[in-house]
Amino acid sequence: MTIQFKDETFRDDYTFKNSEWAVKRFPFPFHEDSYMYSVNMEQHKGGPEGSIYEKRFDVDEHYISEMRDRSEVLKDDPLRCQSLPHMTLAGWDLLELIMISKSEDYPDLFELHRNGNNWRWINKPMQIDHSFTFLDDATLPYGPMEYITRQTQGDFVILDQRESNLWMDAGMVTTQADWSLDFDIGMNFFEWHAPVPKAHEMGIFTRALKFLLNIQQGAPARRLNWTMTVNPLLDTSPENYHKWGVQKGTLNPENIGEKQYLRVELQTFFRLPRSNALVFPIRCYLASFDDLMTVPKWGRRLHRVIRDLPEELATYKGFIDNRPMMLDYLSQYDDGKPTSDGIWPDLQTEPARD
Amino acid sequence: MSGAEKINAKVSNIIKLNDLVTRFEFERTDGQLFPTFSGGAHTVIELKDGDLTRRNPYSLMSDPMDQDGYSISVRRDDEGRGGSLFLHNNIKIGDDVVLSHPVNLFSLDLRAKKHLMIAGGIGITPFLAQIKQLDRSHGNWELHYSVRNQSLGTYVNDLMAMHPNDVNIYYDDEKNFIDIVNLLDGQPLGTHLYICGPKGMIDWVVNEASKLGWPNETIHYEEFLAPKPGKPFQVKLSASNKVVNVGENESLLEAIEREGVDAPYLCRGGACGQCETSVIEADGEFIHRDHWLEDDDKSSGKKIMPCVSRFDGKTLVLDR
Amino acid sequence: MSTFVFPESIKSRPTYGKLQNKFGKAYLFIADAEGAEAIIELASKDPALMQKAHVVYIPKDTGDQFLKDLNNLNINQLYIGPSYSAAQSRIIQAFEQASMGLQVCLSGTEGLIGQALRDAMAAGIPHTSIQTEHRGSVSRRMQCVHCKGITEDVISDPFVCSHCGLNLFVRDHYSRRLAAFQGVCIDAEDPGNIPDSVELYK
Repeated sequence: MTIQFKDETFRDDYTFKNSEWAVKRFPFPFHEDSYMYSVNMEQHKGGPEGSIYEKRFDVDEHYISEMRDRSEVLKDDPLRCQSLPHMTLAGWDLLELIMISKSEDYPDLFELHRNGNNWRWINKPMQIDHSFTFLDDATLPYGPMEYITRQTQGDFVILDQRESNLWMDAGMVTTQADWSLDFDIGMNFFEWHAPVPKAHEMGIFTRALKFLLNIQQGAPARRLNWTMTVNPLLDTSPENYHKWGVQKGTLNPENIGEKQYLRVELQTFFRLPRSNALVFPIRCYLASFDDLMTVPKWGRRLHRVIRDLPEELATYKGFIDNRPMMLDYLSQYDDGKPTSDGIWPDLQTEPARD
Repeated sequence: MSGAEKINAKVSNIIKLNDLVTRFEFERTDGQLFPTFSGGAHTVIELKDGDLTRRNPYSLMSDPMDQDGYSISVRRDDEGRGGSLFLHNNIKIGDDVVLSHPVNLFSLDLRAKKHLMIAGGIGITPFLAQIKQLDRSHGNWELHYSVRNQSLGTYVNDLMAMHPNDVNIYYDDEKNFIDIVNLLDGQPLGTHLYICGPKGMIDWVVNEASKLGWPNETIHYEEFLAPKPGKPFQVKLSASNKVVNVGENESLLEAIEREGVDAPYLCRGGACGQCETSVIEADGEFIHRDHWLEDDDKSSGKKIMPCVSRFDGKTLVLDR
Repeated sequence: MSTFVFPESIKSRPTYGKLQNKFGKAYLFIADAEGAEAIIELASKDPALMQKAHVVYIPKDTGDQFLKDLNNLNINQLYIGPSYSAAQSRIIQAFEQASMGLQVCLSGTEGLIGQALRDAMAAGIPHTSIQTEHRGSVSRRMQCVHCKGITEDVISDPFVCSHCGLNLFVRDHYSRRLAAFQGVCIDAEDPGNIPDSVELYK
């Protein structure tokens, strides 16, 4: 199918909207009526046709607009993209991985022509046609990681693997759920996760680290994470928190359906061959409450999850103050009927609402 | 799925380097490029020996940028369980093999201001790939390579010809040994030390470096730990409901695999932790030969690494 | 004695130990204010150590309280400096000229320890092999996540960023690379609503 790329904004006038197609494939993250942390990893080896899991790096209708938003964030704050000196090789690994994956998975949108180390990359949606020498920094306008991630949806963190730990030594982070690359770069797995409540005592990170250290070439993995955001704002960074934090208070019962967004991260993990590093793409999907309520199962389930979520998690995810208003809205869509296991929308048995 | 992803290949060349060491070169059977890798990585080669499936890890010595072929160099071990002997005696050019995707448990620390490499015998192999990788990025490295004698000096001539200023060779038979204390003394801050060779050499160098105040994080080593043969023993696999007799020349992991039970593994050499197995019941002595478990895990009798460790006693029940 | 027991906190918050005599080819001690006590105590257990030592000491407002005792230790190379910033080029050169086996011991405020540790890491020393002992003030170096400016000697929460003027709350989240804790705008969601400042750990 041909993707209709939208022209929309993720700031100021917020013209972002999901098409019906985008809502139906939205990665609703809850497989049961409650939520607690788990090491919910699975193999990243395709998925149902048309789903966000099918391709290695999913491209959707928001692609061009997201890349424009990214370049604006970077113009304003270049420190959102940093790479410690020893990570340049890993940056080339990532460039190679993304170029090969996208040219194979979306041949009508991306092309990669290679002749030894002489490469030509064509990105039709972004109107890029660029010849360069692989591994030669001087032939690219930016470092390799920055170059390719300016053309790929989602944040990227590259982790150096040493001393039986993972170290956040490079990243492109412009769509994050409130953490700072500039502050966290150089930290190890336990350190950058230090602010997450409860999870350390549960042993989540020890188990997750062991799993991640053993991810091998050719065998990527994935999991989902989630939070809440008011307005389809991608740049919910701590750096700009003093500007966007106040938006949380603009929610009211009339606008909550339109302005309250569930923000889901598809996190994938790929071993990078030449550097032995691990890349951690964090792909952000946004859906408003109105969007989500068109799927009856999601309407019921989201109410129950948010209602029963422990206070510490709701506080850490930043929506504790708005929770009562959210529940007022969501409870209208919970008729108490049972929900099926799993995240899929069940639209065959219960069609979408208008 | 156990182990790293697999690649179908065939033997494209066999070169006998000297009395003990032979190089094997491989090409893919599907005509595609091999995955690239980082210097220090190894591949696990799967060979069919009659009913037996042998799985042996070998360092990739080829240039990581060369995706047309992989090469390994194998030292014939007459005392071992037959893996290297099988390769030397039975494998011919054109034979089919299965190679795993590269796995790296001995990678370079790219932050190092200098890479100081100490190799003993066949331990030279991972350094050959690392040197090629570092040369491409103009990295700062220095090699000290100890060999038995000139005729068993595998790749000595190539190394001396290409890098006369960075390679130092030591011949045992000329009583020429690495003066490790003097070598380590005075290395600039930010140097990382890499050792690959026999266990005795590794222990000695690690010990001397630690005594001289080198932090643990700057010392890296890889020991080619092949599972040693041992007294046969019986094990019950509780989850699969099977009783398995582990033979003298097979590892516990190999016996489990032989019984058709899919047990996780990666390095098959006691280093990576992937095959860690819980012990449900044990009446006897554990023979721990791995580098993975902590001392208290080993003495607890609650965990075992089946790729290299064994057991001697009446009962052993594992959660597999 | 000026020791303080830090309450248990999140995994990124640094923790400190006690200086011990570990083998080294050479020794570099960097300390400020009451951190001198840690050096003096170590020297009392092993006086010979000081003859191989290079000590960089910044008295801060302890003035000459510890100078006499330090001078009596027969330290091989003792430098008294006005600030870390003034001493920094000397410290970096010491790292550049050192060889493997240098023992680095840091004592005093978190700010001093953090900055010296940052510079040692840049020279290639793994941070886990550096000895640290906290003494004296519990004031912190804080990075404002908004303007990236660092405010020194922060002792109250919330505090005002000395660069951009925002009111920031003090987090325990710490960056070794920046040698600072993180400060985040406290009234972002409710502008103007700033709680009264309280002293750290009181």
